[in-house]
Amino acid sequence: MLNRQQAPDFKQVSTINFIQAEESKLRNNTPVFTIYSGEQDLVRLEFIFSNVNWDLQKPLQAIAVSAMLNSGTAKRTAKEIAEQIDFYGAFFQTEYLQDQSSVTLYTLNKHLPAVLPIVKDVISNSQFPQHELDIYIQNQKQKLQVNLKKNDVLSRKEFAHALFGDTAYGVDIRAEHYDAVKRDDLVAYFKLAYAPNNCTIIASGKFEKESFELLNDVFGQDWESSAAVKNKFSFVQKQKEAIYKEKPEAIQSAIRIGKLAINRKHEDFAGLQILNTVLGGYFGSRLMANIREDKGYTYGIGSGISSLHDAGYFFIATEVGADVCADALKEIYKEVELIKNELISEEELNLVRNYMLGSMLGSLENVFSHADKFKNIYFAGLDYDYYQRYIQTVKTISAEELKQLANQYLSTDDFTEVIIGKK
Amino acid sequence: MVDFNRFTLANGLKVLVHEDATTPMAVLNILYDVGARDEDPEKTGFAHLFEHLMFGGSVNIPSYDEPLQRVGGENNAFTSNDITNYYITLPAENLETAFWLESDRMLSLAFSEKSLETQRNVVSEEFKQRYLNQPYGDVWLKLRPLAYKKHAYRWATIGKELSHIENATMVDVKAFFKKHYNPQNAIMVVGGNVKTEDVKALAEKWFEPIPAGDKYLRNLPQEEVQTEARVETVTANVPLNAIYIAFKMPERLNPDFYAFDLLSDVLSRGQSSRLYNSLLKEQQLFSDINAYISSSLDAGLFIVEGKLVEGVSMEEAEKAIWAELEKMKNEVVTEAELTKVKNKVESVLVFSEMSLLDKAMNLAYYELLGDADLLNQETAAFLKVTAEDIKRISNETFTHNSSSTLYYLTQENA
Repeated sequence: MLNRQQAPDFKQVSTINFIQAEESKLRNNTPVFTIYSGEQDLVRLEFIFSNVNWDLQKPLQAIAVSAMLNSGTAKRTAKEIAEQIDFYGAFFQTEYLQDQSSVTLYTLNKHLPAVLPIVKDVISNSQFPQHELDIYIQNQKQKLQVNLKKNDVLSRKEFAHALFGDTAYGVDIRAEHYDAVKRDDLVAYFKLAYAPNNCTIIASGKFEKESFELLNDVFGQDWESSAAVKNKFSFVQKQKEAIYKEKPEAIQSAIRIGKLAINRKHEDFAGLQILNTVLGGYFGSRLMANIREDKGYTYGIGSGISSLHDAGYFFIATEVGADVCADALKEIYKEVELIKNELISEEELNLVRNYMLGSMLGSLENVFSHADKFKNIYFAGLDYDYYQRYIQTVKTISAEELKQLANQYLSTDDFTEVIIGKK
Repeated sequence: MVDFNRFTLANGLKVLVHEDATTPMAVLNILYDVGARDEDPEKTGFAHLFEHLMFGGSVNIPSYDEPLQRVGGENNAFTSNDITNYYITLPAENLETAFWLESDRMLSLAFSEKSLETQRNVVSEEFKQRYLNQPYGDVWLKLRPLAYKKHAYRWATIGKELSHIENATMVDVKAFFKKHYNPQNAIMVVGGNVKTEDVKALAEKWFEPIPAGDKYLRNLPQEEVQTEARVETVTANVPLNAIYIAFKMPERLNPDFYAFDLLSDVLSRGQSSRLYNSLLKEQQLFSDINAYISSSLDAGLFIVEGKLVEGVSMEEAEKAIWAELEKMKNEVVTEAELTKVKNKVESVLVFSEMSLLDKAMNLAYYELLGDADLLNQETAAFLKVTAEDIKRISNETFTHNSSSTLYYLTQENA
């Protein structure tokens, strides 16, 4: 007779294998890291550029250059670039993040020879035509207006600005910043940042010797170096601060609470990630269990630790019914105090260990995810030992150590608390 | 190419297995053939509320999430107008835990009052977060009842109004479970580092003892042919004027479905598309412009939507959209343009095979359509579409008398 009350036997994940990156260099010394898998005839090429020469007077330089990179070269109009990439069924994306700007190409292997020269043209020869810039500014200002109507977006902006001030991590972008964007500034930034000496190439998928030779022929030459200076920021922990923006019509309030913490380079990072998972890092977390599953105050609540190049920060974020905002806040602080004052039970801790190991295994779904894992360590100046230490910490950290980390990193005396809506 | 094996249990549960030895993970995906279209018009939002209740404990297992997390697994679910889909990913060596959990909640829920009360609140907050407290968030709550008059697609998955969710009772919950959540109305796909014979043994062990239940026979009132242009204007606290035009298009299994998908690509896929270049770049009438299909199982919608550049009149903007649609009716697309959208579709399909979960979900969905192997025939179906097909369906579709237009205006424009 089947006993449905009895859970089947299970095992903790024992080994996690990483496809390690192999380094080579183009003729112009640009590093290329290959994460190889031959299962599908496709490849992802990422060209990653550090953000450089931060200038508070021109906070949109890097953002606008990234967004407008494919808006025209000396040889091709914006439309021609898009048509040619699309014709080969390839995907071309640009992305701006706080530390880096990247250009990503996804293509079937058979089309790599055709699309690579187009990408080279864009990366080395973009022109930022004035009429394209005018359209960009007009449409971005409109998008900004829509975003500023979203409480969640406002809470992120206020929180980032409170922690990081007028740096690339925290600057509060407003419509007038768009009006001030000048084509010459974009051209100047482009020449500085999108240069081989500021570039790291990550190739993942079926990237074989002949693909490398092709890449070397296209990107290993005829591409000018620059004297870019990588952004460098430093921050000090702020005093406790409460920011409240009332929105009389709000039926939900966005809450974002947190403070500066450590980043991936710090030896406590893995431990803090485990602590964060217990508190608000997965569906079964304490914040979810209490504020969603017990009280029904919200559709979702979570916490996280974000690792940037020059900082790390901890945050708790949610959107709750405006009528229960005060109660939700009380419960959030209660959970933070609880994790500082009481040991996590062995049962809960073991669940979180197993969950995190399964989650790590599952996050290595395909060759692109292996490449993402490599980027995490490489750009933090770490090597694959980092993951072995992470796995070891997840398996062995004690409840006492976690309590100590909670007291060290989650003291609420200097939390920044942002509420947009009603309280 | 996504390979699979297929068998059916004695109680009618269809099982598909996709073996993929390149991953240490496994996926267990269960699609229940029930969506918002199967709801009582006075109790809308119920299929989705029910999805939440499926995580509130089952007859023999008080907590669904906890035992799964304990073996390193994760899960989620979604509800659409057509289906409700649940999935688990976990280390393959712990696959049996997924069978244990999923089979118990197919057998019977715990029907806890506390869970119902909490999830009514959670779903109400979801309603607020996604539909009411967002600029333009309620568009589909307005557009659906404009475009559909008889069919159950006239309400959104979240429901017509908050009160329907707030008033849901345990009697409703039990009746819904009995009607829809049985083996005959489900398709299970197990994928990843698994072997078909092991999956078969596990399925027989955990799922075969579940009673077959009654087969739900769907008999929905179908929409009548629309013969008049429909227009609605709303004003709201938004910064920009917007327009949404919905046209009727055929059901998912209609042979023209693929032509409609490509038509939306020609108009709006990426920065080489027609609407983007003409309306956003050249004429600068819109700051955002899109065309897409609803991909629903019953007769669906082809939607064109855009946000207007400040200072542009609605009349001028609307006229410009129609001019592009008229071009589709009067001229065939060029060979290069057609090849471009076909190539793009082909690579999207190859890239989608990078994700085990996507493969499992797709197999379940295509099995619901009639045969999971349709997934592997998609590319061929797209390649068969001709420029003439696209012109023909444009003529059948883009007429004022089959359009439903929603003007979404700022308060200054009211």
